[in-house]
Amino acid sequence: MQAKDIAELLNEPACTHNKKEKSGCARPKPGATAGGCSFDGAQIALLPIADVAHIVHGPIACAGSSWDNRGTRSSGPTLYRIGMTTDLTEQDVIMGRGEKRLFHAIKQAVDSYAPKAVFIYNTCVPALTGDDIGAVCKAAAEKTGVPVIPVDCAGFYGTKNLGNRIAGEAMFKYVVGTAEPLPVPESAQRPGITVHDVNLIGEYNIAGEFWNVAPLFDELGLRILCTLSGDARFHDVQTMHRAEANMVVCAKALLNVARKLQTDYKTPFFEGSFYGVTDTSMAFREFAKLLNDPSLTERTEALIAREEAKINTALDPWREKLRGKRVLLYTGGVKSWSIVSALQDLGMEVVATGTNKSTEEDKARIREIMGDKTRMITDGSPKALLGAVKEYQADILIAGGRNMYTALKARIPFLDINQEREFGYEGYSGMVELARQLALTIQSPVWPSVRKPAPWAKSNVPGVELGA
Amino acid sequence: MAEILKRNKALAVNPLKASQPVGASLAFLGINKAIPMLHGSQGCTAFGKVFFVRHFREPIPLQTTAMDQVSTVMSADENVIEGLRAVCEKSKPALIGLPTTGLSETQGTDIKRLVKDFYTAHPEFAHIPVVPVNTPDFTGCLESGYALAVKATLEVMLPHKSNDIGKRKKQVNVLAGSFLTPGDVEHIKELIEAFGLRPLVLPDIGDSLDGHLTEMESSPLTVGGTPVSDISSMGESIATLVLGNSLYDAADFLKAQTSVPDFRFNSLMGLDAMDAFVSALAEISGKPVPEKIERQRAQLQDAMVDSHFMLGFARVAIAADADLLYGFARLVSELGCEVVAAVAPARAPILQDVSAAQVSIGDLEDLEIAAKHNGAQLVISNSHAVETARRLGVPLLRAGFPQYDLLGGYQRLWVGYRGTRQALFDLANMLVEHGQHEPEPYVSIYAQRTGEGYATSAPDKTH
Repeated sequence: MQAKDIAELLNEPACTHNKKEKSGCARPKPGATAGGCSFDGAQIALLPIADVAHIVHGPIACAGSSWDNRGTRSSGPTLYRIGMTTDLTEQDVIMGRGEKRLFHAIKQAVDSYAPKAVFIYNTCVPALTGDDIGAVCKAAAEKTGVPVIPVDCAGFYGTKNLGNRIAGEAMFKYVVGTAEPLPVPESAQRPGITVHDVNLIGEYNIAGEFWNVAPLFDELGLRILCTLSGDARFHDVQTMHRAEANMVVCAKALLNVARKLQTDYKTPFFEGSFYGVTDTSMAFREFAKLLNDPSLTERTEALIAREEAKINTALDPWREKLRGKRVLLYTGGVKSWSIVSALQDLGMEVVATGTNKSTEEDKARIREIMGDKTRMITDGSPKALLGAVKEYQADILIAGGRNMYTALKARIPFLDINQEREFGYEGYSGMVELARQLALTIQSPVWPSVRKPAPWAKSNVPGVELGA
Repeated sequence: MAEILKRNKALAVNPLKASQPVGASLAFLGINKAIPMLHGSQGCTAFGKVFFVRHFREPIPLQTTAMDQVSTVMSADENVIEGLRAVCEKSKPALIGLPTTGLSETQGTDIKRLVKDFYTAHPEFAHIPVVPVNTPDFTGCLESGYALAVKATLEVMLPHKSNDIGKRKKQVNVLAGSFLTPGDVEHIKELIEAFGLRPLVLPDIGDSLDGHLTEMESSPLTVGGTPVSDISSMGESIATLVLGNSLYDAADFLKAQTSVPDFRFNSLMGLDAMDAFVSALAEISGKPVPEKIERQRAQLQDAMVDSHFMLGFARVAIAADADLLYGFARLVSELGCEVVAAVAPARAPILQDVSAAQVSIGDLEDLEIAAKHNGAQLVISNSHAVETARRLGVPLLRAGFPQYDLLGGYQRLWVGYRGTRQALFDLANMLVEHGQHEPEPYVSIYAQRTGEGYATSAPDKTH
């Protein structure tokens, strides 16, 4: 990928923080950087497309450390869970056989697994040695008759966030608009309901959580052409250009796709979330607003009223247990604000939130929800996090999986909110699961047990405090 | 305090109970060069033998007084005397256990008198202790039979009151309950030795039923176990550790005879139970807790934290003999689980302290009904519960007797910080593997993804 292409991707005009002096995404600092690379970001964004063979072109480290490591779910094919890599050897690198190996790898994948398409993720080594993956993909597509899509996402190009955009760019450039949606089946037509086509961009169906919400879309007559990319199929992505409205679910990741659909196909979009009662209702209202269908608006309000009443009853016993509990939230991007409203719905108090990976827009949203005196945490080191937990007297730390053991070692209740988690929290019913998990860890009898010193111990300090 | 629900049906379906004679035999199998001889029909022994052979995967020495039709009606006294003589003559055992059965008890045998008669008739065998014990199978269960046999052994071996406490400065008595596996007993001995003490375990199935190949190709007697001579020296120990509520009665006797102070433990699973045990060892030995044990404790704490996500609010069904039931219920409750079904085969004082709202005296059918009704997510019981768990659609953690379909189940370590840690991992893994916490896959009414199977099968071709 050329430097100018990268620069262009970094400069995402739909990002609010680009309107300020400091434009583009920050470059990683040597020795002080956490988080994934572009390959990570690209793969994560596209891997949930279930009927595609995802081939990582490179030596083993890229695929070897990351395949099958994501909690996304499919209602059909499970091809996406089969790890594929060209596993380049030293000889391949020295002798320049990477392209040849890639070509044969694609052929093998097509012969063995009959995928609807093949995605090739480029990585650092072949990018450095100069494999022309675009040309190989083209040749392989001609040979096999299956679309082969290059995703040029070598890790050194930049951050995970950039990788998300590269993935979106690849979809927009090679896939979107290459097929038409099928007509709505007669069996699914209902009197008085006009079916509207929509896309959800940046929805990954972690732990199947979108299935909490999907039936409500059906009920309202909103046909989801594509969720990019949770439980998606290659054909879904091809038809994305025909949607009447788009929702960007994870604010940063694939914003460029939504923006390009707006510029090229005039599809309006909004940013939202399915975490929490308030946000879920808001998402449906936004769709109704963009689609401008009075009947839809009416049915949407009825649905919201019904679901909110139902879920409020279901949540009452949990609210009892959770009311007033103090939460320290440390998570990236969209979740920093979308989870806040979910927690507030439960009567919990978010005492501080991490904003390290949040955009200016995310931060603005946080201020809007939590008020001006919100404490935002930028230092995500274990010491700083534990210090903050102590300082703000938090009852629980909610963060990504990589921080889990920081909390647990310090004997602090924890909730995993990132992609590796095993529980789905989206939608109205997902709130019950969220509440359950929160109560489970906060109330667990193991905490007093593990904080208590051994009866024969002379000092009564269990472990050295890391924080403060 | 748990509410005890009495057995309220005529038919026991999928029984949980193993009999008292079987339990008494197990206790005697933990004594070196011993053999239990059941006073009953030959079937009483044959079934008991198969029960243990399948569980331990070991040859099991077990004899019978072989009551037949005539002796059952007329008198079986001669069977006992003849049986004892034959065993003494043929095998020269160090001890013979003589549990009664439902048959001989119903007949009205006076087993203690028969042992006296035997010594009168055969003074040449006066040096071989015979331990008679009344263990009809129409009361109690394996656990109570085992406890009765332990007490009877003490009665025979320590007939007189003594006051020799601490004559053996490092010797600590351990009355080991039937809830302990050979692996458990081994570990407990190691813990005691770590404090510079010498454990004298009665019965020591950790030495006799641990499954080890020996020089001897076959033996009519137990190979390993508590040496009989050691039992006589229990009054010279500095302390007694009593493991299992079911042995408290035996412990009362031991204390009354010897005045050796005792420390009693209902369970050795979980942090609190083990803290109490290790504290006692530190107190008895006057030595600090070794670092190795401190480390094991810290490892358990780490495992508790790591596994609490899976175990929190988990709904567990347990069916086992009282001590084991108590131990597991306490363990899982300490991790945030809820015991939604608890069944014991027979009454025991400890049942009222089980961490559950109710404990039923019953069978695996009772467990299944309660587990189903209360939405249990996991079953802890013996191998007979395989089908129960399958019908419930939940995983089974095998514990207790018998475990005939699991290699090594007989020696698994459950107790101690180490055993508890592994138990937590296994429980958590089972819940994850069988977990149904995700929403059901939903396919939109508008979807037209025809011909999609739920899973992509592996390709037919091989490479």
